[in-house]
Order: sequence, then C-alpha cells, then structure tokens
Amino acid sequence: MVARAEQHDASTGSAPDDDLPCGDVVLDADGVIASANAEFHRIVGREPGTVAGRCTLASLLPAGGRVYLQTHLWPVLQHDGVVREVSLDLLRPDETRVPVLVNARADAVVPGRVRLAVFETRERHRYEDGLLEASRAAERARSQAAALAQTLQATLIPPAPPAIPRLAVSATYRPAGDGTVVGGDFYDVFRVDAASWVIALGDVSGKGTSAAVVTSFVRYTIRALAVEHPDPADLLHELDRRFDRDELGHYCTVVLALLTEIDGRWRVRLALAGHPPALVRGRDGSVTELGEFGSAIGLFDEARFTCVEHTLADEVVTFYTDGVTEAHRGGELFGEAALGELIASAPHDPREVTARVADAVLTFQGGDASDDIAVISFAAAPQLP
Amino acid sequence: MPVATHLNAAVRGRVDGEVLVLLHGFGCGQEMWRLVAPALERDHRVVTFDLPGSGAADPAAYDAVRHGSLEGYRDDVVALLDELDLTGATLVGHSVSSMIAVLVQAARPDLVSRLVLVAPSARYLDDDGYVGGFAEADIADLLALMGRNHLGWQDPLARLVAGTDGDVKHELEQSFCRTRPEVAEQFAAVTFRGDNRDDLAAVTVPTLVLQARDDVVAPMSAGRFVADTIPGATFEVIDTRGHCPHLTAPDETTRSIQRFLTTAG
Repeated sequence: MVARAEQHDASTGSAPDDDLPCGDVVLDADGVIASANAEFHRIVGREPGTVAGRCTLASLLPAGGRVYLQTHLWPVLQHDGVVREVSLDLLRPDETRVPVLVNARADAVVPGRVRLAVFETRERHRYEDGLLEASRAAERARSQAAALAQTLQATLIPPAPPAIPRLAVSATYRPAGDGTVVGGDFYDVFRVDAASWVIALGDVSGKGTSAAVVTSFVRYTIRALAVEHPDPADLLHELDRRFDRDELGHYCTVVLALLTEIDGRWRVRLALAGHPPALVRGRDGSVTELGEFGSAIGLFDEARFTCVEHTLADEVVTFYTDGVTEAHRGGELFGEAALGELIASAPHDPREVTARVADAVLTFQGGDASDDIAVISFAAAPQLP
Repeated sequence: MPVATHLNAAVRGRVDGEVLVLLHGFGCGQEMWRLVAPALERDHRVVTFDLPGSGAADPAAYDAVRHGSLEGYRDDVVALLDELDLTGATLVGHSVSSMIAVLVQAARPDLVSRLVLVAPSARYLDDDGYVGGFAEADIADLLALMGRNHLGWQDPLARLVAGTDGDVKHELEQSFCRTRPEVAEQFAAVTFRGDNRDDLAAVTVPTLVLQARDDVVAPMSAGRFVADTIPGATFEVIDTRGHCPHLTAPDETTRSIQRFLTTAG
C-alpha cells in the first residue's frame, strides 16, 4: 500500500506540471497544499516555494469561502469523490481577490489527498455577476407584478356582499391557477334606492391587465347607469353603447338583476348579456332557469336584451361564470347538468349552494382552477323577530 | 404526514439501547454521520434525520417564517422526539445543531439526558471582546458565494431535461448536500448571525464539547466559551483540521462520544 502510494506520488503528485494552462494543486489529507504548479502561483500572486508545504487551501480563501469549503465542498468531495465548477475567490497577499472556478477530485489511492484544477475567471465573473443581478431583478419584477395582480384583483372583487335586510346573499370568487394572473370575473351588489338593490355578475374575455381595465370599466359603468335605468335590459343597452370595443379590445358577459322589495316580497327583474341564465332552486330541489338569451356586450352592432320578471318565492337563485360549467379535467367538462344536479342536492341555503358549487368545481379540477370562478346565490330571508 | 416522514428520520441500532439522536449541521444532511453512526449503533438506538430544508427532508417541512430562527428547528426536533416517544435521549449536535440541541434541552428537559456538542459555536460574529471568528462582511461574503454556487441543485433538473434514466439510488446519494438555494441562504443567515450565548447557562444535563484542533468555522475560542459557560461541561480537543471531526477523524470522534456516554450521567 505504501509502495503504491509513493509510486503514485512520483507519477502525479510531487512534480507539478508548469506547462499546464490551469492551476494544478494537490492537497494532503490535512488540507495543506502539497504541490502547486506555476499557473497556480501566478493566479494567487505568490512566489514559487512560498505555497507548497506551507499554506492550507483555506488560508488562501476569504472567511466566507472557508466556511463554504468546510460545510459544503469537503463533505461533498468526501462523499462523491468529485466536485465540479465551484466558484470561489482566492486571496492574493495584497488582499485583492481573484475569482476562480475549481474542479476537484479525491485521489483514488491516497486517502484524503485531493487534486484541484483552478481556472481564473476574472472576465467571466464580471459577466456572471451581471447575469445574476439581471435574474434577481427579473425575479423581483415578477413578484412585484404578482403582488400588483393580486391587489388589482382585490379591488375588482368586493370582499363580501353588503348585508341586505330580508335578503340572504352569499358570493365567492376563486382566482385561476396560482392567483397571479388577473382574471376577468367579477360580481357586485349595491343599493339603488330605499327598496331596490342590484346584483350583477359578469365575465370579461381574456386575462391580464387589459381585461382588468375593462372589468373595472364595466363594473363602475353598471353602478353609474343603475340609478337612471331601472330596467336591466335598458341598462345593458346603454352599457353596450358605451362599450367601445375597438378601444377596449375585449367583450363581456353579464347577468344583471334589479331586486325590489314590494309588500314584503322580492320582485326580481333580470336580463342576460351573453351569459348563462340564473338557476332557481325550489325547496323541493327542483332547478329551473331564469332569463332570456341576450347579446354579449361589445360584440354586436344590433344588440338585443330582454328583461324577465319573477317574484321570489321560497327559492335560492344562483348566478355563476363559465369558469364553473367549463371547468375541465382532461377532456371532460364539469357541465351544466352536473351543476344543476349539484344545486338540486345542496341544502336550501344560499351560503351552502355557493360554497358547494365552488368546492365541487375545484375538486373536479384537482384543486387547480384553469379559469377563475365567481358564484353568487341569494334567497329571501324571513324577517328576524 | 408524520414528522418522522417529513424529516426523513431513521432509527437504527440496538432496540433496547439508550437513545442517541444525531443532529447534522449547516450544509449537508444526515449522511454527514455515516462514518460514526455504525459504531454507535452497536450499543445504542441511533436516530438520524434531515433538518427541514436540508438533505432529503420533505420540501413542505420548511417554512420560511418559522425557520427564520433556531427556535423553529427546535420545535421540529421536539415534535420528532415526542412522536417517536423518546425521552431521556442524548442529543449529538454538530455545528449550528449543537445550539438547536441546547434549545431543545432548555425547552423540554424531560426529553434530554445528555448533550454532545460537536464543533459548537454560540456566536460566530466577533462581539466586544468575544471572538467568534467572523465579521458581518464575512457572512455577506458567504451568502454571495452560496448565490454563485448552487452545488448539486441543478443536477436533478439537468438529468430530467437530458431525459436520461433517473437512478433513484444515485438520486438519493446526490441529495444529501443539496438544498434549495433560497433555503440554504436563509439557513446560513440564521446560523451565522445568531447569538445563543445566553442560552448556554440554562443547560442542566451533562455536556461534552468536542472541538477540532484547527477549525476555521468554530475556532477554539468559540468552543472554549461554550464549554466554560455550560455548567460542568467537559471540553475535549480532537486532533484534526476542519469543522467536521466526524468526517476527518471519525474513530476519535466515536471514541470520545462512547467514553462520555459510559462515564457521564
């Protein structure tokens, strides 16, 4: 064993190759530099004869590098026998630093002995620093954009519908994917006069900032128009007229209802714009549709909207966006039939219906929503004593 | 999921032996103990595991907020010991985990009967007469260096992209020193900017401090401070260079631990 080790020394270790165009260093088991060639001396700025047998590799590293050597490099080298492309700084006698790239291999014969190939990377290092800074800046920008998207989204979705006397309302919104892309779904519930409220739910085509701008426009235009347009079909006409599709570049679908309390009962006047009809659940579990087909906003020169009227009995009414029925798992759609069955089997309560629809769609997709989802349900609530 | 699964814990050795829990330090995972654990397993029941964020611990075990201080790690060790129903264990902590072990003993004296602190430092930064060995600039330097070296981290991805067959065993071997870069940086910051000097006096169990003769990470002064501050602690120097005597002098390290276990407590 000893004889082999000496042989190995003679063949590789003790005679450094000064012709090699990279630093060539052999470390003994204690981390002391046993031999080093001319290029290594040049890199660390030291005279031949001042390194071998005198310095440890650690003594040529700044403190941070020494820690890295001890906590990462030696353990990996001892475990795997080799490390490659490790970026380090070496210290020159005048304390200036030389960035280097190091490959290291454990000696196959002498336990603990390590051979290093060292390349100076001064120019490349500057370039990599630039890249590193650029990728950090990109990461910062990405997380800022994500935060902005979420803030924007939060402004579009009212956190919870206001409390309305004698009307129970429950709404939910689930963003698509990881919630970093602004979707176009929205809902809004607001008061028009002493006895009347508007409940609106819609979906602007597309995603991202431009869709968010349109979503905001639609929501606030509905609010502005509601006071002077008690007929939802009229309101949708006016919204369509003001919707400059060339400029906005999106279209949108809306379900809009004006609820008025008359003699203790709620009258619902409802119009659709390219949106699926509302679903009305009776206490017996029957589910029927409410609403007549209307044009999507921002798509047609001659838009048509129809207002239907319904007096709310002991019923739960549900509005939803197409993120619900068009949720898919592989090629399979959640679909309107499944939605109808789900509502039929749910307890007769707006909160339950809303929660079950949102949960069922998320579960159907394995928790990863491809489109955003908005659901709002309401029912007449008996007056509390 | 059980804590033991989360932390990739393994229990080996003599079933009826006294319990030794080996806590790896900053850098690589439980594989760091591979040269000393087999000898200890002859007489003891030996528990090894990976700290959250290290080795092959479940990535979900790491929580950037909770693991922003050593107390987060302390709570994980306590949860692991509780789950495995281990009381009166000897905790063997290397490097930063020596301080995690100290915190566990203070929080749950019932769980811990003895401490072995391998290459400990209660404070890495120099501070008003105290010599930890480092200045703040050195820590910034280390973090920058770690940013430049994602050692082994890209490897599994590179293999996936290349489409070569992922050999699971090889994969596991490679994983022991692989840490998600942002986790490694936070762990480094928590480790090297921490100050546990005030926690030492609270230790109430027999303690062995193992100091490497020439350790550039936890210098002699830091090890001495730990041994001098923990009441009744024993101080031993292992004749080796570097911060990992369990790698560079495994036999001597094992003997010291065994000697302490047969004489103390």
